[in-house]
Amino acid sequence: MRIVVDRVTKTFHDRRGRDVVALGQVDFAVEPREFVALLGPSGCGKSTLLNIIAGLLPPSAGRVYFEGEPRPGGAPVTATVFQEFALFPWRTVRANVELGLEELGLPAAERAERSRRYLEMTGLTGFEGKYPHQLSGGMRQRVGIARALAVEPAVLLLDEPFSALDAQTRTLMMDELLGIWARTRQTILYVTHNIQEAVFMADRVIVLSRRPGEVLDVVPIKLPRPRHEGQQGEPVFVQTADRIWGLIKSQAQAALLDGDGEAER
Amino acid sequence: MAVERLVVVDRTAFLRRPDYRVVRALALVALVLLWEAVTRTGWVSSLFLPSPSGVLAEGLDMARSGQLLVHLGKSLQRLAWGFGVGALAGVGVGVAVGFFAMAEAVVQPIIAATFPIPKIALLPLLILWLGIGEASKVAVVALGVFFPMAINTYAGVRQADPLLIRAAVSFGAGRWSVIRKVVVPSALPMVFAGLRLGAGTALLLLVAAEQIAADAGIGFLILQSGNLMETTRLMVGIVVLSLLGVASYWALGALERLVVRWRHI
Repeated sequence: MRIVVDRVTKTFHDRRGRDVVALGQVDFAVEPREFVALLGPSGCGKSTLLNIIAGLLPPSAGRVYFEGEPRPGGAPVTATVFQEFALFPWRTVRANVELGLEELGLPAAERAERSRRYLEMTGLTGFEGKYPHQLSGGMRQRVGIARALAVEPAVLLLDEPFSALDAQTRTLMMDELLGIWARTRQTILYVTHNIQEAVFMADRVIVLSRRPGEVLDVVPIKLPRPRHEGQQGEPVFVQTADRIWGLIKSQAQAALLDGDGEAER
Repeated sequence: MAVERLVVVDRTAFLRRPDYRVVRALALVALVLLWEAVTRTGWVSSLFLPSPSGVLAEGLDMARSGQLLVHLGKSLQRLAWGFGVGALAGVGVGVAVGFFAMAEAVVQPIIAATFPIPKIALLPLLILWLGIGEASKVAVVALGVFFPMAINTYAGVRQADPLLIRAAVSFGAGRWSVIRKVVVPSALPMVFAGLRLGAGTALLLLVAAEQIAADAGIGFLILQSGNLMETTRLMVGIVVLSLLGVASYWALGALERLVVRWRHI
């Protein structure tokens, strides 16, 4: 599915009733089966934008739509992987993965079959009966990914999915996500503030400016797939990462001084 | 040259809180022994303070003759009805008020206005409305349980993590799914706190109601024994109430561990 973000703006009202423009006018499209990273300094409204695309927040103006072949009945267009995992603590791993399937109205046998398949794909076989608090951060986010994949969405939205993980776990999870995506091939929109992460994973990086969030530039990543860690030392990688850092450096500095960067929701 | 060696000692030793299990048991035993000693030596007349052994013998006697069972049965029946009706209504109202803004607008001021009324003050009115029979006593217990349950459930629902609600919505959950699968499980720990509060209130109101208008029940037994200066029978009633309180606390704890299992594994 193709994602089209068409002249989307978002204005919040702060406590004193003043308008805060979180998103200026944002226009872009993500092509079918493309992996696009949405990158920006804190406070650029990238999570806001992802929530608008997921239908969890109304835009102040503009619209978002999806284009593509009609989906077989009931199949959802998007599924979201959340930064803080957002697993249901009272549900086992398997029941977490089956939540979306329950809402699709699938019979129990099919739910079990699908959850088994996606738990296997995310390396969670053997953990079906555990509760989220019994798992490490990396394992929890695997559940988050399995839960999103299980509804077989046309578009996968990931909101800084690995930023709550330690650096080593994050590297491993990035590899795994790319491996899974090579098999499932949804359209992916991946929100991050981490340049390395964006360049390593994406086909294109959409760079957003700080408040108000607007598209600064769209940077194509000319690294062959399958990607591997060794590419991080290649000149193309380094130059692309430098170019993106050049775009947002001054803005990231401003965010540092402002101290209200994370108040974007 | 002299070398000084400073060995690191645990400076938090005085903060340790060991679990003095034996002392716990001994304290209770010591109190009963002291009580027995005071009555045996004749310091205090058994008319004012019967001995524990006397109370135990009288209790067994009353159990054998079946009188105790009649009073206990009556009380338990009233408790079960009052507690059940009050708790169910409280949870229902609490969820509605916590989730639906309209219900909150209508009900919250009414609860705020009626909550401070000591419920026992309503007993004469309830007797007027429902008659002197069981209904008025059950109603006063139910009212006493209703308020802590409704208020706690409401607080529990309001505390439900908005991220989890948004996650459920993103996987296709509608209003009723969100209530059933996110809001109610989130509120469960608060619901159980409410049940504990309610259990105490229920016992209090039950005894008060039975002392005002009843011809059976533990409260009636205590009042009648007091009027006849049968202090030993009176003490049997009090001990039964104490056991009832401990049993309900224990039973609610066991139920909570069963229902809110995900927190205890």
